[in-house]
Amino acid sequence: MGVTVRKFDALIIGAGGAGLRAALQLANAEASVAVVSKVFPTRSHTVAAQGGVNAALANVLPDSWHWHMYDTVKGSDWLGDQDAIEYMCRAAPKVVYELEHFGVPFSRLDNGNIYQRAFGGQSQHFGKEQAARTCAAADRTGHAILHSLYQQNIRAKTHFFDEYFAVDLLKDEEGYVLGALAFEILTGEPIVIEAKTTLLATGGVGQLFRTCTNALINTGDGMSMALRAGIPLQDMEFFQFHPTGIAGRGMLITEGARGEGGYLLNADGERFMERYAPNAKDLASRDVVSRAIYTEVKEGRGCGPEKDYVLLQLTHLGRDKIMQRLPGIRETCITFLGLDPIDHPIPIYPTAHYTMGGIPTNRFGQVVVPVKDTPEDPVPGLYAAGEAACVSVHGANRLGGNSLLDILVFGRAAANHIIDVLEHNRYHRPLHQPAVDAALERFHRWDRKGDGEHVDQLRQELRKVMEAHCGVFRTEEVMAEGVAKVKAIAERVKDAVLRDHSKVFNTARVEAMELENLVDCALATVQSALGRKESRGAHSRIDYPDRDDTHWLKHTLYFKHSDSLDYKPVRTKPMTVESFPPKVRVY
Amino acid sequence: MTTDEQLASSDVEALRRLRWSCRRGMLELDLLLEAFLKHGFVKLDARGRETFERLLDYPDTTLLQLLMGQMQSSDRDVAHVVEFIRQTARHPS
Repeated sequence: MGVTVRKFDALIIGAGGAGLRAALQLANAEASVAVVSKVFPTRSHTVAAQGGVNAALANVLPDSWHWHMYDTVKGSDWLGDQDAIEYMCRAAPKVVYELEHFGVPFSRLDNGNIYQRAFGGQSQHFGKEQAARTCAAADRTGHAILHSLYQQNIRAKTHFFDEYFAVDLLKDEEGYVLGALAFEILTGEPIVIEAKTTLLATGGVGQLFRTCTNALINTGDGMSMALRAGIPLQDMEFFQFHPTGIAGRGMLITEGARGEGGYLLNADGERFMERYAPNAKDLASRDVVSRAIYTEVKEGRGCGPEKDYVLLQLTHLGRDKIMQRLPGIRETCITFLGLDPIDHPIPIYPTAHYTMGGIPTNRFGQVVVPVKDTPEDPVPGLYAAGEAACVSVHGANRLGGNSLLDILVFGRAAANHIIDVLEHNRYHRPLHQPAVDAALERFHRWDRKGDGEHVDQLRQELRKVMEAHCGVFRTEEVMAEGVAKVKAIAERVKDAVLRDHSKVFNTARVEAMELENLVDCALATVQSALGRKESRGAHSRIDYPDRDDTHWLKHTLYFKHSDSLDYKPVRTKPMTVESFPPKVRVY
Repeated sequence: MTTDEQLASSDVEALRRLRWSCRRGMLELDLLLEAFLKHGFVKLDARGRETFERLLDYPDTTLLQLLMGQMQSSDRDVAHVVEFIRQTARHPS
């Protein structure tokens, strides 16, 4: 029996904010749009974004898109592309007003205007006074955006393939992307979805690390599909970590806990931050605190039976202060650890939070690759947006409130470019059967029976290796060992088997394919990190502690098939204004 | 004994479907629901299981508020299952 084939103008893989924003723009332009999502769309990770979305509306304090641009360039440690950043900051007010129109219930000022809160890294007059730029729908902005966009898409008749898993992109011999092979999780049946244009919007890959804040679904599926299609990943060494996650679980304990007087202890009961940062102590910058925790654990002063975490002490603050100022932290500890921080210290370890790198795109959302002397040649028919993409507006470090903005601006921009392409391309290109056959072969690889290692065990091992060898403590030796270990796991994955080969709702098959995607992204990440011999933004190396603009003001590209790195220049020229040249980044 | 080991094979398919419904947009929900499905679900009676399935249809933010104890459900069946999930998270075995 042949594989079912469906045809659409546009295929969108991933139903978070970027995918749904793009889908809505396309459906409203009368394009036929399919959205493939491995979970029900409103369960995408965008729902977890609480902070808000940045836009220079100047509702609370004076503001301008140009100041927002400066803050974003500075936040990126000058690795962000300044044309894309200018585009995003200029578009921000428009996308926020569009959201308001779609029904997002933004918090309001007494005069009816959208309320804006101040976040770190926001300034007026290019680095001077604090700005207030973040628009929020209480503490559930991501949820409100996702639900509003989903409802709008239902109204616009977007076609949803809910609980379908995308396997691989389909490319023809001329390099055009023709859609993707997916399978329905319910039945286990594969399906070819042909499309004139395909957008990857599958989110980040926080699940690479044992301790992370990301949902289990964040396994870098689109990034890995791109790698297998011969497309490099860009700047994967830049991963945002928070120093204080709940050990073994990942959830954030906000910096507010240390701001209120909490401090860190090792197994000897020592306030070890006094050694690493004698002045700032527990309130030192995130990377310093993260590395100190790692060092304590690595040198055998960790707590617990495995000596693999430190403790955050809050008990001295007293019941009243904890109840009044830190009630959310207390609830989290009681729920997940069964301990009350009024009486017991909290087990802590640095937690992975956000993927700055991803699939390289230009500001139109087109996926771009180096071809001969051209560093950024568009891949025909292929787009990417959101955390899966690297456009690159976050560069080496993302500012709070810019991730929701990124998904909205570039989801919309990609859709606008697709609409233009569709006007000039009325017919589908012929399906390339060898591409379908290759994708099917990969899909059926998991039908293999016999002895072999189990997927779950390998996934846990990979996440431990990445945490130990490509986390917050990075040296040549540590990461070189990490490369060898990830490669060894990749070899073992080739021989892994499923215990259950049934078709209906075989989630083990999904998890196996997620593992393959994680392994691809892991190697891209650790190789890129090993290659970059400087410290910049979130990439912090002990052996190269300084930023080196002479040699490293450039983007990394990692290629899977050759397991090799290449580099391309940062776009330092904005669209209309003067460049912001690199300076020392201090706050 | 975990849920997988105790269920009849005819129920395993339904359990797999439920397991995928427990994949959510937030890590907190993933951890709470996964642990419950593994260690607590089998202890529910038919009515409890039906309530659990109903609970999975709630939006993520509502579900989180319920499971973190920030909101109480007026539906006694829901409140009972929520409390059971919270207990399982603290004492999984």
